[in-house]
Amino acid sequence: MECPKEIVLLMHSYFDGDLQPEGEQRLKEHLRSCAACAAHFHELKKTVAFLQYAAHVAAPPSFAAKVMEAMPKERKTARLRRFMHRHPLLTAASLFLALTLSSLASSWGERGAFSVSADEHVIIRDHTVIVPKGETVKGDIVVRNGSIRIEGTVDGDVTVIHGKKYMASAGQVTGEVEEINQVFEWIWYNIKEKFNRALQSIE
Amino acid sequence: MYFMDLFIKKRIKAIQKGDQNAYADLVDLYKDKIYRLCYRMLGNRHEAEDAAQEAFIRAYIHIDTYNPEMKFSTWLYRIATNLTIDKLRKRKPDVYLDEEVGGTDGLTMQAQLPSREASPEEAVESLELQETVQRAIERLPEKYRSVIVLKYMEDLSLQEISEILGLPVGTVKTRLHRGREALRRQLGHL
Repeated sequence: MECPKEIVLLMHSYFDGDLQPEGEQRLKEHLRSCAACAAHFHELKKTVAFLQYAAHVAAPPSFAAKVMEAMPKERKTARLRRFMHRHPLLTAASLFLALTLSSLASSWGERGAFSVSADEHVIIRDHTVIVPKGETVKGDIVVRNGSIRIEGTVDGDVTVIHGKKYMASAGQVTGEVEEINQVFEWIWYNIKEKFNRALQSIE
Repeated sequence: MYFMDLFIKKRIKAIQKGDQNAYADLVDLYKDKIYRLCYRMLGNRHEAEDAAQEAFIRAYIHIDTYNPEMKFSTWLYRIATNLTIDKLRKRKPDVYLDEEVGGTDGLTMQAQLPSREASPEEAVESLELQETVQRAIERLPEKYRSVIVLKYMEDLSLQEISEILGLPVGTVKTRLHRGREALRRQLGHL
């Protein structure tokens, strides 16, 4: 009646699926000769079968909907914080852009004094720069808070900020002519300028 | 299997980016498993539903701590198992009282196990067997209960169970042996 403890251990190894062939042999032999252990083994087998038989319960039909309803509503700030946490570079870049834009936009508001980047070969009268007939300005002209009247020739770009450009039919500009009277144009102009300057410094 | 893993991985990435709807797919995929685990652990449908729901919400809130090297189901099972064990511990005083009463006059025990004296034929063919099995599981101490439920109700490997519970495989085996023996004493005669 006193069976070695090893027999019960072999039984459990069998249920764990790691009974080696020698062990299996030993268990079989013992069970054939020992009614008590055979009964024990039979009961364990039945127990396991009962457990496996226990029906697979399913979640109630509305379960998934209830979970989704009970989910914490994401606050916008939480989402933003998570985004910033995941994309530090993008966050830094957009922050930089926002700051640049806002400082530019405010600098647009303060109407500074009249200024012009060229003073040779031009006549300045009442906030208006005149490129007289027959004259040629070599290089770009930037006029701020004033207008330009081109009767001669400009060998470069002409940019007018907060002002108007008047071109006589004979007037000739070899480069681009730009008039900036909108805040967005102003911002765009600044970005282009900075970009060009950055390119030049690289070159 | 590979396709499934990829699907789950994509969902998790979407959730981590803030797409709450992507989580609905995962809930759908695992709701039966997690609910079943909770039901087997707690033995009561209402509590099981609450616990399963809580497990899914916890998983969602802590999705950033999920380690993709682990199977997502393993992680979910871990959350749900810990949660039900917590709940069991919290209500322990009640169970203890019940058992005391049962020990003195045997009434509570019998009330809990109505089919215990039923003939095997009756028990086997009816829902009562399931009731009996469930009651027997509920009378296991929680450390045996969790391994038995994960192994036989959820049909998980010893390796997965060891990951879910954070225990060495050897410990899982020992607990399974003891759990099976305890259940044999209750169910083996049926």
